[in-house]
Amino acid sequence: MAINIKQLPKKKYVMPGNAACPGCPESMGFKYLGMALGDKAVVVIPAGCSSVIQGLWPKQGFGLPILNIVFAASASAASGLARALKRRGVDAQVVVWAGDGGTADIGFQALSAAAERGEDIIYICVDNEAYMNTGIQRSGLTPYGAWTTTTHTGKRQFKKPMPQIVAAHRVPYVATASVGYPWDFIAKLKKAASIRGFKYIHLHAPCPVGWRFDPSLTAKIAQLAVETGAWILYEYENGRLRLNPPSNRLIDPSKRKPIEEYLKLQGRFRHLKPEDIKMIQKEIETNWEEIIRTLKVQGDL
Amino acid sequence: MPKLVAMRGNEAVAYATKYARVEIVAAYPITPQTIIVEKIDELISKGEMDAEMIHVESEHSALAATYGAASGGVRAFTATSSHGLAYMYEMLWWTAGSRIPVVMAVVTRAIGPPWNIHVSHEDILMTRDTGWLVSMAENNQEAFDLTLLMFRITEDPRVYLPGIVGLDGFILSHTVEPVELPDQETVDEFLPPRRQPYVMEPGEPKAMGNLVPDEFFEELRMDMQQSMENAVKVIKEVGAEYGKYFGRDYSNMIDCYRCSDADYLIAGIGSWMGDAKIAADKLREKGYRVGVARLRWIRPFPWHDLREIAMGKKGVIVMDRSLSTGHAGPLFLEISSALEGKPSMVGVPAGIGGVDISHDDVALFAEKAIQLIEENGRVYIPVMWYHLGKIFPTYPSSGVKLD
Repeated sequence: MAINIKQLPKKKYVMPGNAACPGCPESMGFKYLGMALGDKAVVVIPAGCSSVIQGLWPKQGFGLPILNIVFAASASAASGLARALKRRGVDAQVVVWAGDGGTADIGFQALSAAAERGEDIIYICVDNEAYMNTGIQRSGLTPYGAWTTTTHTGKRQFKKPMPQIVAAHRVPYVATASVGYPWDFIAKLKKAASIRGFKYIHLHAPCPVGWRFDPSLTAKIAQLAVETGAWILYEYENGRLRLNPPSNRLIDPSKRKPIEEYLKLQGRFRHLKPEDIKMIQKEIETNWEEIIRTLKVQGDL
Repeated sequence: MPKLVAMRGNEAVAYATKYARVEIVAAYPITPQTIIVEKIDELISKGEMDAEMIHVESEHSALAATYGAASGGVRAFTATSSHGLAYMYEMLWWTAGSRIPVVMAVVTRAIGPPWNIHVSHEDILMTRDTGWLVSMAENNQEAFDLTLLMFRITEDPRVYLPGIVGLDGFILSHTVEPVELPDQETVDEFLPPRRQPYVMEPGEPKAMGNLVPDEFFEELRMDMQQSMENAVKVIKEVGAEYGKYFGRDYSNMIDCYRCSDADYLIAGIGSWMGDAKIAADKLREKGYRVGVARLRWIRPFPWHDLREIAMGKKGVIVMDRSLSTGHAGPLFLEISSALEGKPSMVGVPAGIGGVDISHDDVALFAEKAIQLIEENGRVYIPVMWYHLGKIFPTYPSSGVKLD
């Protein structure tokens, strides 16, 4: 879907003076969400950074209606809200805006159930790869080797493959996205909003505070994750997998930038030994092999 | 025309949601609540009820979905019991603090371990501090009536708090009794379309439940306290109106049986208070002037009414179907604090986890309590455990000589 910037709403949905940290990927992502869906969006936000970014009552840092909710309940609250608005004949798109912990850990059960029921919502996982709001603790989406305040010597497990897990629910639309590729994310949001049923977008969101990099580098690091092949941009539409342009040519490993370029800019990977980097490289290979295998089975490769 | 139909307590609640024109129901099955949601699903499938069911994966999600639906502007309902209620505990606070009217049925049941599916009041009394209105039915008709009333009361702008209707597991939930069903037109007159303080609408930026300064948090809590006080007025007013529409008056928060000339009162909640009424008759035959004060409401606590009814009596015997472990029965604590322990007070935990209690049992321990008071003058016994025909003094009253 081609996006023309002139046709996007001029209205600002992330207000100046909000409580986000400098270089915050969530406020970047939320801005794109507003650009894509405009006034149609009604957002459900569980506990997490975005509960704080809104700022203190009576001020409000997001220009959309927000229903804040307890950590484990975003997909269920959104289910009820979407059904109520539909019954009342209101033209709206209910969106869950949840972090990696709220998605892959405590909110997983409710997410899986809402997907199984085919609720008409867009669920966005804003993945900054740890519990950043409570001070950088490990989550089910923290990558291998990463330092957090609860993995001082580096996490010893891989990321939970959330997009594949949600896709296995046979929902009509699952996509990965990155705050480093706004057009790609906006196009995916617009496509998701055009589909009825349960839609899932997994948004990669590098966090300067938790990942230990300079706040000016958020977009660059997000792009490096894609360019090194560590984060792959793709979508499942009705179960059919398609790689998106930023990741297309990276099927060929020689086209990918060395993973060290991505890792070396982040303090959370400073302690890595060569064997850790090998493990990370291995995980990347495994992810790509899975994608390639699926594309071959589909007859697209 | 109203019609008399034989039905189980759970079905009575389900029918009340139909008459209330509930639009969204989200629930997870748990014994002994299941019949409520099964019946609602059946009514929807037959086209008798215009509502949607969200078949959630847990009670936490059940209340979250109900809350989401209510925030979206429709009348929403859920029902649970025991472990289910414990599992949704966090959402109870969230719903009340958001001032969102929602109605929930709690079919009372013991909380494990060990597993026990029978009646107990631990679960419903666990909700006392959450900011929900809490009521408790004595019979199936009342379970129906309180459910309808609860929608009207919770959606009153002076209240705007969610509400729980309690009914005893199996004793009411699974027992068939005659229930008078009203006609829809009269219900529609009594219960106007839903009102709520705010509705989530696209294009209207607002944040619900976001971070607030501490001072505002405290002010909001005290505002809920004020709403509970308002709810006392609303309950009486709406309860009297209910009487005009349907012939059953609910203006009294305490259902009094032979209270006015009584020396002694038996106080408590739920279905076994029917047995207490029979016990009172029996004790009167023996020469003890006994009445029964059945609390229909636990929150708001009928503080003024209780004082009016019970102050000046020789003694109040509180039946508790649960225990605040390490202290006494929760109802005893509530009632004795309201009465400043001025009449002699005896707390009797009994029937916990479904242990059968008949009117003979009630007469037996009430007579024992009365004799204690008559022999010893003023007594204050938080825990006098009645179990299988025997009385056991236990902590914190074990030092009290009972014989």
